[in-house]
Amino acid sequence: MIRKSVYATPNAPAPTRPVIFNPDLCIGCNACVEDCQMDVFIPNPEKGEPPIILYPDECWYGGCCVAMCPEPGAIRLNHPLMQRVRWKRKKTGEHSRV
Amino acid sequence: MRMSKWEDYAQEGKALEWPYPVRYGEERKVCADVLVLGGGIAGCWAAISAARNGAKVAILEKGATIRSGSGGSGCDHWLNTPNPCSTITAEEIVDKEMVSNGGYANGISRYIAARESYETLLEMEKMGGKIRDTEDEFKGADFRDEETKFLFAYDYENKYMFRVWGTTFKVALYNECKRMGVEIHDRVMATSLLTEGGKLGARVIGATGLHGRTGEFIIFSAKATVNCLSRHQRNWVFSTELAGNATFRPGTIVGDGHAMAWRAGAEFAQMEKTGGHGAGTGYSYPFYGTGNPFCTWVPCTMVDANGKEIPWVDREGRVLKSVSERTRPAPGQKFLGERERGYQWMAPRLPLDLGKRIRKGEFKLPLYADLPSMTDHERRAIWGLMVGEEAKTRIPIIETYAESGFDPARDLLQSYIMLRGDPLGDAFVGMVNPQERAGGEGGDAGGLLVDWDLRTSLEGLYCAGDALFAANYHYHAATTGRYAGRKAAAYASRCVETEIFREQVECEKKRVYVPAEKKEGIEWKELNASICRVMQNYCGEPKSDELLRIALIWLKELEDGAIPDTYASNPHKLMRTLEVFDILTCSQMIVHASLARKASSKFLGFVRSDYPDLDPPPWHKWITIRLQDGEVQKRELPINFWGDLKENYEKHCKA
Repeated sequence: MIRKSVYATPNAPAPTRPVIFNPDLCIGCNACVEDCQMDVFIPNPEKGEPPIILYPDECWYGGCCVAMCPEPGAIRLNHPLMQRVRWKRKKTGEHSRV
Repeated sequence: MRMSKWEDYAQEGKALEWPYPVRYGEERKVCADVLVLGGGIAGCWAAISAARNGAKVAILEKGATIRSGSGGSGCDHWLNTPNPCSTITAEEIVDKEMVSNGGYANGISRYIAARESYETLLEMEKMGGKIRDTEDEFKGADFRDEETKFLFAYDYENKYMFRVWGTTFKVALYNECKRMGVEIHDRVMATSLLTEGGKLGARVIGATGLHGRTGEFIIFSAKATVNCLSRHQRNWVFSTELAGNATFRPGTIVGDGHAMAWRAGAEFAQMEKTGGHGAGTGYSYPFYGTGNPFCTWVPCTMVDANGKEIPWVDREGRVLKSVSERTRPAPGQKFLGERERGYQWMAPRLPLDLGKRIRKGEFKLPLYADLPSMTDHERRAIWGLMVGEEAKTRIPIIETYAESGFDPARDLLQSYIMLRGDPLGDAFVGMVNPQERAGGEGGDAGGLLVDWDLRTSLEGLYCAGDALFAANYHYHAATTGRYAGRKAAAYASRCVETEIFREQVECEKKRVYVPAEKKEGIEWKELNASICRVMQNYCGEPKSDELLRIALIWLKELEDGAIPDTYASNPHKLMRTLEVFDILTCSQMIVHASLARKASSKFLGFVRSDYPDLDPPPWHKWITIRLQDGEVQKRELPINFWGDLKENYEKHCKA
C-alpha cells in the first residue's frame, strides 16, 4: 500500500546501505561503531538496537565492522549496485553476480 | 516503529542528538617520551619498539587502532625478505628496487627493510601473528618449504616473498601495544606539529590533535615524535558517491602528516610523482575482487569469453607452457621481482600488447580468471589465502562473494580489463586517464626526506612507513616503524621535556575551529572536489609552467577564499573538513615540486610539454622542497645521496 505520510527530506548521500543489520540478531553492543575506521556509525539512542549509519557515503567497505562483530549474521557488508562483480559458471556458462 | 535510520528520526520529527559530549575549545594535555602519529602498521611497530626501548609512548590515531590503516584489515604478502630458505641478499633486493624504479626508490628505508624484515617477521609471529602453514593446509605445495612451513609467492625458486596470514597481524600488534603500556588515543586527528619556540624549522616537541567525536583539542607534549601518517590521497579524484570500494587505503588517509610536517618546515622529496594506476573512481570494483592476473592473483590462468586461454609470457615474450613456469625465473634470469618493469627481474605476465590483440578480435571480451582450472593448492592459495588475508578482502570479497554463491572451483570470476573498473587492469592496457592517476593512492609516492636514523630534516621528528619518500609495502612499514621507534626512544632518552609555546597552540586552535563557528557555508566534499578540479586541469598531463602557475593561483584562492567559508555542523564533519585543508596543502606541495622538475620522467609518471625529454641524465636526481622564511625552497640531491648502503646501515642501525 502506498504510504500517505510524506515528508520533505533531502536526497540521502549514496550509496545508502553499505551494511545491513539483522535487528533480530544484533545485540547493540556497538563493537562495529568502535572499530569502524571511517566512523560512519553512531550508537542508536535506543539501547540494544543496531547502530545508525550516519555517514554511509564515507564507507570504504573495509569490513572491519563485520569482522569484529561477535554475533554471526548480525551485520553484513552490502556492496553498492554499481560495484558488484560478475562471474559465470565454467561448465554451463550461467551468469551470476554479487 | 523501529527507528533504524536517521531518516526514520527525521520523519518522526525527532532530532537525532549528537551521541558524544561536545567539547569544542576544551583542552587536555598528554605527555610522552615518544609520540607516534598514526596507529597503523608503521605506527604500532614504532610504538612497540619505542616502548621496548624504555620510552613512555602515546599513539594518536584518527580511527580505531585495533584495525586502522591500510594494513589493518589484512596483508597477503611480506615482500623482499632475505631468509634462511633463500640465497637472495639484501643488496640484490635493493638493487632490484633501485633499477626498476629508475633510481627513484628510498635506498635508506628499503635497505633497512631488507636487512631487518626477517627478524621483524619472526617478531610478528611471537606477538601472535600467523606467518607459516602451521595447520598444514598446503602440505606438498610447490610454494611451500616443508621444513619451516613458510609459504612463498611470485618466485617459488628463490623464496624471498612470503605469503602470510595478515588478518592476524593488526589485532596482535594492538594487543602488544596495550601490553607494553602504550597509551592509545583513538578518534583523534593530528592537526599540527609543535616546535620549539613555535618557530618554523625548529625542533619538534609535540603535536596537537582534534577529537573527531567530541571536538576536544588535545595538546601532546613529546621529546620525540614519529610520523606514521602515510601519504596524500584524494588530490585528483574524489567522490564519496562514486569512489566506494576502489580505494586501497582508507579514505581518511589524506596526508595529514605531510601537511603538518610541511607547515612545520620539514623537507620532502618526490612530491611530483604520479602513479601508474587509477585513483579510486566510481567505475572501479573492489581491489582484488575482480578476476585478474596481477599481484595477489599471480599466477592465475586467464581466459576469454570463449574459454580461450590468454598466454602468460616471460620477459622475452616467450609463451609459457605451464603454470609452474609463471613462478620461476626465465633461463639466465637470477630471480623474479613482483611488479618490476626492468628486464633483469621482470616476472612472467600477460602479453604487453594484450589490449591491441583484444581490439583486433583475437580475444573476446570479457576476460575471466579461470580459478577452476588451477591446481587445488594454487586455487586455495589465490582464493582464500592471498585474497582473504590481503587488506579488505576477507569480508568484502571472500565472505560476501561466498554468500552470493561464488564457488572458486566452478566459477569464472570476471575481469574488467578493457572494460574499465580494475585499477591494475586499466593501467596494464593503458586505459588510465592521466587526469585521474593515483597520487599517493598506489605504489610509492612523495614523502618526508630522512637520514640513516629515519630522522626528518626537523630535529625530534622521525618517520616510518608510507609517509617516507619513495617507499611502499606492509613489510617496509613494519620494519621502518620498528627502526624509527628505537631511534626515537634513544633520542628521547637524551632530552628533557620542552615547554610548549602557547602562542603556537592558540594559533592552531583558532585554525581548526573556524568551520565549527559557522552556521552555513561550503561543506568539505565540495571543497575536495574543487581541489581535484584544479589538479586535473592544471596539474594533470601534460604539465607546463603556465598551467602549474595557474594551479598555484587557484589553490591560493581556495585557501584564502573558500577555507574561511567552510562550515561543519558537528565534530565528525569538522574532522572531515580539516582533512580537506590538508589535501589542499598536499596539492600545493605537489605543484611546487612539479614546477621544480624541469624535465619529464617515465619513472615518476611526470610529463611536461615545456620540457618533454624523458629522464635526461642531468635531471636524474631528487628534487626536494620545504618552507623556509615564508618561501618554498627547492634543493636537488644526487640520486644515491645516501652513500654506501651496507656501510651506512651498519654504522647507524643500533638505537
